[in-house]
Amino acid sequence: MDGAGLKAGENTYLLNGEIRSGILGVTNVRQNTVSVIPLGGRYMPATGDTVIGVVEDTGGSNWMIDIEAPYPAPLHVSEVPWKVAFGDTSKYLNIGDAVILKVLMVDESNKISVTMKESGLRKLEGGRIIKISHTKVSRVIGKSGSMIQMIKNLTDCRIIMGQNGVIWIDGENENMDAATKAIEMINAEAQASNLTERVKKFLEKEIPGKEEDEERDE
Amino acid sequence: MIMSGQTDMVLVDSNGIRIDGRTAEEHREVKIEAGVLKNADGSAYVEIGKNKVLAAVYGPRECHPRHLQNPTKAIIQCKYNMQAYSVGDRKRPGTDRRSVEISKITAEALEYVVLTGLYPRASIDVYIEILQANAGTRCAGLTAASVALADAGIPMRDIVPAMAAGKADGHVLLDLNKEEDNYGQADVPIAIVPSTDEIVLLQMDGNMTREEFDHAIELAVGGCKELYALQKDALKRRYTVNTEEEDDSDEQ
Repeated sequence: MDGAGLKAGENTYLLNGEIRSGILGVTNVRQNTVSVIPLGGRYMPATGDTVIGVVEDTGGSNWMIDIEAPYPAPLHVSEVPWKVAFGDTSKYLNIGDAVILKVLMVDESNKISVTMKESGLRKLEGGRIIKISHTKVSRVIGKSGSMIQMIKNLTDCRIIMGQNGVIWIDGENENMDAATKAIEMINAEAQASNLTERVKKFLEKEIPGKEEDEERDE
Repeated sequence: MIMSGQTDMVLVDSNGIRIDGRTAEEHREVKIEAGVLKNADGSAYVEIGKNKVLAAVYGPRECHPRHLQNPTKAIIQCKYNMQAYSVGDRKRPGTDRRSVEISKITAEALEYVVLTGLYPRASIDVYIEILQANAGTRCAGLTAASVALADAGIPMRDIVPAMAAGKADGHVLLDLNKEEDNYGQADVPIAIVPSTDEIVLLQMDGNMTREEFDHAIELAVGGCKELYALQKDALKRRYTVNTEEEDDSDEQ
């Protein structure tokens, strides 16, 4: 909660020339800027973030997408890869559908606009959605993707991470269970050290038994 | 129930010791725990003496009903509620004049520290449940609510501790308990912003002289500062549990 000298960065404020933290988090000093990495809190969208959302409502020319932010994100028909006639929105995306989107812009009054018009952005069919704290996303990805790559390899699942803490997993049911448990474990123990190793052990314990079962079935 | 002033009870004995064994400058035993509820964005449980308070925070989230939205900042909606079993005689459940008042002053105190400008049109909802009451629940509620807000990761300038001071049996006392509150002469709950020493809540019930009042404020501010350390400690503990557990297992 206290700071000294330097420049005030993200999540901080100045009080009588002293930098103080605006939120509960870990201080991070880079060059001469002090910022605070949050330990919790709501996801606040930033331009360029890739997020996963669920369709909340359909309108005449847009969809309302819940991206776990304090504000709903409208997806306009001009921002989808299909040509949608007015009123036909629900033929393409319906309430409950999951989509992967990119945050186009967040204006000064925090109005969000999102797009689905870039490569890789699409409607997510099948699979399941799990939600974790957005602050733990980088932990699940790991150093240069090591953690998520390991989970993908061991469970044979397709996994897409949204910056908002929403994760989409698709694969065999048992493997999805294992991947879900692994990610929940990371979410719960994000502060602990040597996590990649432990998650690996955990998955190796979960998966081989299941592979044997599958072989027996065959 | 006899409310003010007249009693034969000795609330402070000749040695300056109060009926629960405290001195005039001592507050009751405090226990604070952050992050006790899973489904809320942030939560806290606070015990101050026999008071037991639970606070939960949701948000920032889209504000409903829409007409309450403020296009320039987030609004704080607070609900203070006493459980039917929180007091000696059953409390008639639901909103009453007292709980509306406390909800309002709590929301206003919190609005002062939360950086509401960051979330225009949004709403931050604070729910305070009094599970057991023993005088000083508005302070305990506000104390719990500010820890819950910090736990929810909501940007704020500081945490707000709140504590009361008052006068009973002719003595100025810190953190009145139920007997001292009921049979005492005055009760002054305050809440401060510790980093700037600003007062964000100040109420007074009863009579005291100017000198006694100044002394009461001094005591209450001191109490608030001690409470502030405990609040910060509770928030730190929330995030060190994992590593401690790990350390333990390593040792064994």
